[in-house]
Amino acid sequence: MNLTLKIWRQANANDKGKMVDYPISNISPDMSFLEMLDVLNNELIEKGEAPVSFDHDCREGICGSCSLYINGEAHGPDRLITTCQLHMRTFKDGETITIEPWRASAFPVIKDLVVDRTAFDRIQHAGGFISVNTSGNTIDANAIPVNKQDADDAFSAATCIGCGACVASCKNSSAMLFVGAKVSQFALLPQGKVEATERVLNMVKQMDEEGFGNCTNTGACEVECPKGISLENIARMNREYLSAALKG
Amino acid sequence: MSGILNSSIGRKFAMALSALFLMIFILQHFAINILSVFSPDAFNEASHFMGTFWAVQYLLQPVLILGVIFHFVMGFVLEIRNNKARAISYAKNNGAANSSWMSRNMIWSGGFILVFLIIHFIDFWIPEINTKYIVGDMSGTLPSGEFRYHEELVHKFKDLWRVALYCVGFVFLSLHLLHGFNSAFQSIGANNKYTKGLKGFSKIYAIGVPVGFIFIAVYHFLNH
Amino acid sequence: MALDSKIPQGPIADKWTNYKNHIDLVNPANKRNIDVIVVGTGLAGGSAAATLAELGYNVKAFCFQDSPRRAHSIAAQGGINAAKNYQGDGDSTYRLFYDTVKGGDYRSREANVYRLAEVSTNIIDQCVAQGVPFAREYGGLLDNRSFGGVLVSRTFYAAGQTGQQLLLGAYSAMNRQIGRGKIKMYNRHEMLDVVKVDGKARGIITRNLITGEIERHSAHAVVLGTGGYGNVFFLSTNAMGSNVTAAWKAHKRGAYFANPCYTQIHPTCIPVSGDHQSKLTLMSESLRNDGRIWVPKHMKDVEAIKAGTLKPVQLAEEDRDYYLERRYPAFGNLVPRDVASRAAKERCDAGFGVNATGEAVFLDFASAIQRYGKEAAHVKGLNENDAALVKKLGQEVIKNKYGNLFQMYEKIVDQDPYNTPMMIYPAVHYTMGGVWVDYNLMTTVPGLYAIGEANFSDHGANRLGASALMQGLADGYFVLPYTIGDYLSDDIRTGPISTDTKEFAEAEAEVRKNIDHLINNNGTHSVDYFHKRLGKIMWNKCGMARNAEDLKSAITEISELRAEFWKDVRVPGTQNEFNEELAKAGRVADFLELGELFAKDALQREESAGGHFREEYQTAEGEAMRRKEFQYVSAWEYKGEPKDAILHKEELAYENIEVKERSYK
Repeated sequence: MNLTLKIWRQANANDKGKMVDYPISNISPDMSFLEMLDVLNNELIEKGEAPVSFDHDCREGICGSCSLYINGEAHGPDRLITTCQLHMRTFKDGETITIEPWRASAFPVIKDLVVDRTAFDRIQHAGGFISVNTSGNTIDANAIPVNKQDADDAFSAATCIGCGACVASCKNSSAMLFVGAKVSQFALLPQGKVEATERVLNMVKQMDEEGFGNCTNTGACEVECPKGISLENIARMNREYLSAALKG
Repeated sequence: MSGILNSSIGRKFAMALSALFLMIFILQHFAINILSVFSPDAFNEASHFMGTFWAVQYLLQPVLILGVIFHFVMGFVLEIRNNKARAISYAKNNGAANSSWMSRNMIWSGGFILVFLIIHFIDFWIPEINTKYIVGDMSGTLPSGEFRYHEELVHKFKDLWRVALYCVGFVFLSLHLLHGFNSAFQSIGANNKYTKGLKGFSKIYAIGVPVGFIFIAVYHFLNH
Repeated sequence: MALDSKIPQGPIADKWTNYKNHIDLVNPANKRNIDVIVVGTGLAGGSAAATLAELGYNVKAFCFQDSPRRAHSIAAQGGINAAKNYQGDGDSTYRLFYDTVKGGDYRSREANVYRLAEVSTNIIDQCVAQGVPFAREYGGLLDNRSFGGVLVSRTFYAAGQTGQQLLLGAYSAMNRQIGRGKIKMYNRHEMLDVVKVDGKARGIITRNLITGEIERHSAHAVVLGTGGYGNVFFLSTNAMGSNVTAAWKAHKRGAYFANPCYTQIHPTCIPVSGDHQSKLTLMSESLRNDGRIWVPKHMKDVEAIKAGTLKPVQLAEEDRDYYLERRYPAFGNLVPRDVASRAAKERCDAGFGVNATGEAVFLDFASAIQRYGKEAAHVKGLNENDAALVKKLGQEVIKNKYGNLFQMYEKIVDQDPYNTPMMIYPAVHYTMGGVWVDYNLMTTVPGLYAIGEANFSDHGANRLGASALMQGLADGYFVLPYTIGDYLSDDIRTGPISTDTKEFAEAEAEVRKNIDHLINNNGTHSVDYFHKRLGKIMWNKCGMARNAEDLKSAITEISELRAEFWKDVRVPGTQNEFNEELAKAGRVADFLELGELFAKDALQREESAGGHFREEYQTAEGEAMRRKEFQYVSAWEYKGEPKDAILHKEELAYENIEVKERSYK
């Protein structure tokens, strides 16, 4: 396949940045999208030009590092996958592919396509945990039976990989799917109920302070989420938050 | 409780509550207006009651006006904040791939509805207030002694421009509600086994009520 | 220096308890004055950082990823073992201990493994308390599945994302401590050296991967939880960033490196599709609970399948060779990984590989779909003989169990594994070797600890499935926090460690010199070019089967490649910016040294054990031949070039397990 890539290049956080065109040829449809970028980078390096920086690590869709906005969609046109699982067979020979970083004020660009997502970490520091010591001196695991449906729903919420596609896809750069998933995971489990009130208040407060936008329920996040995290989690967070705020 | 409006979820919630309130009002408004098609007398009775009953005039009316203002102001505030959350926009964005046009353009549909409402106020509400509270005529009757409401309504819909404005206004209302109705329920945290049924109902409401209003306008335009 | 493993006295079942009862403790007030550095935030590093902070130490945690949550433990799929015996199938601490030692081909340290089995049950309790959503049965209790090399169901899991859930659990425990200010987190920081003061590990040198700044960090002890070195093969199931650099720098500062040649080649990975490939994807071992592995019996069918004229599903049962079931009737498709991998290689080397490259075998779910489908039809009172219905119901059951893996396969290979068998081939997955540690998990450098995959201690020559997660969390949550206290009790009067000393200055200068060289080299080839070549040498000559001749030539080739790398590598950009090529160059430079030591270790180990298979040492049936005289840990001391490394032996004694031929027949 022969393609034209339009890629956002930005030397560092203070640089203005611009879109640059790169023609690329001899791409196999069996390559992953990132392997295609590897080919481009290898060519750039051997030509003495600066390679394109992008975040990636596990390349199997679970670490949540990769983060490209491809042809106007987070993780590209395919569904329920991350960019590293996107394969070139999804594109047509001769196509022009636009590649941009996640765009959100809370995710500033570090370089080229690499953005700073530590805002997500800070939201978790504010309450994304259950306050038990890790000494192992707790009750037997089976002493806390959990309804299977609740356990499964908690698991589904917990499969979030923290990639930020929800924020990137949202027209408001809202982080509510991410926060909703974490709040839901704990709200659904008996172990998490003890601190539910403070958790949701603290996490939402931090989310707001980070400068994410407001959810307007467009549902784009759910569609683009590589793990298919459901909007139900946002509704659950809204409930949890409102009852917590009314209590407090 | 304090500061709830300073949080993103609190604002969403307030937006949803005001929306639900406005939707109830629209339904009520529609219920009375549709009477004009079937029974001018019933329409007159209802209009007179609404126009003169103290609780409606001095309690509901101000609350409604505040609700409208709140919903719009909050809508614009949220829009500005949301725009700030993405300082640099995408060179290429394919929003249609993951969300409906209606959900992405609430500010536009809302904006047109606001324009419509302003005209509607100037056109209807201000003369009404003038008659009742400035001139001081609370009788609700024409010199002939008959109720004036139906007659005035029919008269208004003689003009093509007004009918056209009505139609456009309600098309935007429909687009606004097609997303907004469900969205309000999601915002107040109702996403459960009833959600599917609610979605169906919301479609009926979002299309049925505006079409009904348009029908009333067109009906009177064609019949008189 | 003689190796002292510091194994406590007494009967094996009491060692850990006795040890804990007699170590020195640090009182809570003094813990506030002690700093600990933890490098790596996977299951081992993350759990250690959280627990140490909880105990009261000041922890500085480092990871090269943009968030601790992205450490590669997150990719572990299948599950975590624990001797809970919830299924009542005869499991016990002893049995988990026994299975692990046997699975490791009698090359692991008894006392460590017993302790691991002992604390395994705490892990499950701990994780459930933290809100890790393990799979449950309808009654609300925890579910288990079975893994390779064992006869009980002791594996706890969360669909095919157990590692993710456990790591997020450890990450949440860290978050709590970060929020309290007890952990200072350094994301996007890479450790580039260990600093020793008076013979003790007292700090590290790091590079800030965003700004390129070289930083000094001091502490009273340094803990490495930096994972394995599978990426020395270039292609592996490891993450792109997984590297040996931290462990290798520790080795260069005096930590012995143990058993580098013990590498786990995982039998069920998606085969290589072409030269562009950047990594390999694992299909969880749990799939072997339900998948049957086969190749055609006859060469004509192999050729027809390759040519595309015959579909695998069309081949009659009697024309298929379920070679694992044929060779190992007792364990069948659930033999340990090393055995399954070699058996696949044996068939493919004989020409029975089923894809274009001849390096793939089938993993077939058709009979499981039938079995589950019939069961589901029976339960629902539907017609068990309706083939379409049975298939549909069976596929639903399979989807519930392995849905994410099947989806992953389909996205990569573009074939639907519900309707045609998967194609799989072995790939490098885990390294049992690592930094040598004693019973306290301390390396040969005082105050320097290694935990999780980074150390060598618990898996011998082969790791059983679902044991890596167990070891990582055991080390971090339950072992290190005790053993490190014993060491730190001597440091309560030390006070803060200054970074303004000649030791720190020297280490920093060396790091800078290395970086300057790489940046100013202006060679002709990219880092990947060298890494790929190293990987080819490793895979061809130090892979699933090794022999003396190949290993000798590998040593020469790697050392030549290393010289070429330093002369000809091209690293674009500068050191004072975000520069992934520079980070990669440093890592590959270390792989080029480790690779040679790896081959040297494999050459001296004249036996076959677990993941290390020497062609010269096999039984008449082609099974691994262990040799009594090699019942030791090989621990290598750094002496400049890898070829000069000195071998130290830790003899392994088995007092609680009879060393037998490891048979799964």
